[in-house]
Amino acid sequence: MQKLANLAIGTKGEIRSISDSDLEQKLLEMGCTPGEKIEVVRRAPFGGPVAILVSSYVLSIRKEDALKIDVKLLKDE
Amino acid sequence: MSKEQIKIALAGNPNSGKTTLFNAFTGLKQKVGNYPGITVEKKSGKAKLSDKYNAEIIDLPGTYSLFPKSMDEQVAQQVLCNNTDEDYPDVTIVIADATNLRRSIFLLTQVIDLNMNVVLALNMVDIATKKGILVNVNLLSEELGIQVIAINARKGNGIESLKQAIIKTIDEKPKKPFLDVTKIFKGVIEKANEIRGVENNYASFLALCRQKLSGEVLNRCALNQLCKQYEIIPERIQAKETVKRYKAIDKVIFSCVKKGAPVGKHQFTKKLDDLLIHPFFGYIIFLLILFLLFQAVFSWSAYPMELIDGLFTDLSIWTANAMPKGMLNDLVVNGILAGLGGIFIFVPQIAFLFAFIAFLEDTGYMARVSFITDKLLRGVGLNGRSIIPLLSGAACAVPAIMSARTISSWKERLITIMVTPLMSCSARLPVYTLIISMIIPADDFLGFNLQGLVLMIFYLIGFVSAIGAAYLMKFIIKSKERSYYIMEMPSYKIPDWKTVIYTIVEKIKVFLFDAGKVIIAISIVLWFLSSFAPGKKFEQIEQEWSGKADAEMHIAADKLEASYAGIIGKTIEPAIKPLGFDWKIGISLITSFAAREVFVGTMSTIYSVGDDNIQSIKERLKNVKNQETGEAFFTPAVGISLMLFYAFAMQCMSTLAIVYRETKHWKWPVIQFLYMGVLAYLSSFIAYQILS
Repeated sequence: MQKLANLAIGTKGEIRSISDSDLEQKLLEMGCTPGEKIEVVRRAPFGGPVAILVSSYVLSIRKEDALKIDVKLLKDE
Repeated sequence: MSKEQIKIALAGNPNSGKTTLFNAFTGLKQKVGNYPGITVEKKSGKAKLSDKYNAEIIDLPGTYSLFPKSMDEQVAQQVLCNNTDEDYPDVTIVIADATNLRRSIFLLTQVIDLNMNVVLALNMVDIATKKGILVNVNLLSEELGIQVIAINARKGNGIESLKQAIIKTIDEKPKKPFLDVTKIFKGVIEKANEIRGVENNYASFLALCRQKLSGEVLNRCALNQLCKQYEIIPERIQAKETVKRYKAIDKVIFSCVKKGAPVGKHQFTKKLDDLLIHPFFGYIIFLLILFLLFQAVFSWSAYPMELIDGLFTDLSIWTANAMPKGMLNDLVVNGILAGLGGIFIFVPQIAFLFAFIAFLEDTGYMARVSFITDKLLRGVGLNGRSIIPLLSGAACAVPAIMSARTISSWKERLITIMVTPLMSCSARLPVYTLIISMIIPADDFLGFNLQGLVLMIFYLIGFVSAIGAAYLMKFIIKSKERSYYIMEMPSYKIPDWKTVIYTIVEKIKVFLFDAGKVIIAISIVLWFLSSFAPGKKFEQIEQEWSGKADAEMHIAADKLEASYAGIIGKTIEPAIKPLGFDWKIGISLITSFAAREVFVGTMSTIYSVGDDNIQSIKERLKNVKNQETGEAFFTPAVGISLMLFYAFAMQCMSTLAIVYRETKHWKWPVIQFLYMGVLAYLSSFIAYQILS
């Protein structure tokens, strides 16, 4: 298990859980449900936000929020 | 046969093409208002559906769900869940992006479960097909139990079919609920229905979820009791329901959407992002774009502004001659027309700034700007999106403050609005130029022009103080809202010129009609202050000078001195003396409230210069003597103190009017006026005391 914030660009994984209730509500309704596949596509310079590909769109969130998201890594098929 | 009027609500995710569809329906027959009591903007418009039906369409704020988290979502929920709401629609259109179907039909399935008459407008089916996403529209319609119409909002394709579908839906409910909440939360929903006195399972479920928010005041206690009894935690049931709903959606998507190989230039967005989000070039390109934007607002708008200025001057002269002489003439020319001129002069700047912003927004670039600047600006209480208002404030605070609306966090938006007027706007430039040319020699300093250097320092002072003030306000302004940055990065696309034009028209309308009222009112007050004097002072002055050389010039100066504005100037003299100012400058400070550049004109009148040319004013002011010391009055100390005062003080009624318009509360412009006033007074005081 890894924190989303620590993943390198290109890493693929599956969302497991979000440890902050407020954040969870917001991300759930945008389609970040448990089991959903994600891929890290961008990281902003200077520790800025992280952009992930999730259900076919790109979503950006702050790094400290990404620290609250647990991701199970997926091997490249 | 008289036409039937129906109400339509338009709902959808941000970036789903909602605004484009709204524009396609209504054209320019739109109006912008506000929902009572809150700052959320209410856009509505009229459209013709058929020979029989006309519609009033309400464009709801873009949301991802009906769970009320921000004010925008609360509005959407209130309109759709409350059938006693005055905006409760006969038909709801939900627009969804076919390239992003999973997320965008989430909101739709909630609307279905509220048992509303709803149509799905499926946007960009053609683009989805190119991307290899094949949507079976008929099957989707069957699965959802409602009508689904494929459209392309930009090209206007499918709008006619959508209109027909809307008419059919007027008396057609969804065939079945999408997700039956009574099965997930057994017993509770029925009880909540009883408490609320309605038979709407999903509306009752949403009422249970919104425990922390206002609304449902009457039933709040009973609903809280119910939650306790069933050991329900609102956040938990909401999360549970969301996950179930997405599972149901995934099933629908699985049967209705087939993925094939993408056709064409799918890599375009990625390639462009490599450049635009680059840790080095990303910022360079952004600075270049800002430079262009600044040029547009600052220089390109100068020509149309001159034109408007000229038009109003001509109109004033014409009116002054056409109307019988007297007080009414003076009120119309120097009060109302001057006020109107002062409003219309902003139109070119607003148009240029919003042309740029709408263009950048519509291409998808603004989302990238936030992405690369969020971290840098958040440290001082601002947001990635604050950069545009802040830097356009260097041209003019009025359009800049209007552009702060794209910041979704209220606290960050408020801070941006509060500090933007500290940026040195173009109206301060004439004041700076005049004073610098008087007190700073045109020498070279380390190879730079000294006057230019001082001017640059004053621009820097503006920027640094804005950042500093933002940093302080971060700790002062309290907000229950946590600041989030959860933002979709849409694919790049060619902007829709119609959207750009509609945005410009809308912003200009809002400024002219909303801020305009306040500006006219203040102009009339200022006119009154400078055109009236107690008793018969003015008659005496006219008699005194009649027949003498340069009478008109001296009469104007003496009248201003005797007027109420002059009296105020003299009254405040003791207060501004420690800053090095006398009552003449005091009058200028008051009249500057109409706009800072009025300073130059007022100085010209009060020192009887005779014309507004900076060169002649400068020569005249240089010879003004200090009555106590007999030396030149405008020493470097006085000049620097005066410039600092103009750098910090909130002397712009248009800005105050727009701050009121944007915050919907007089509290904020008043606080802004006071804090900037204190800052101005203190810095001038310190500078003058040290330098003199």
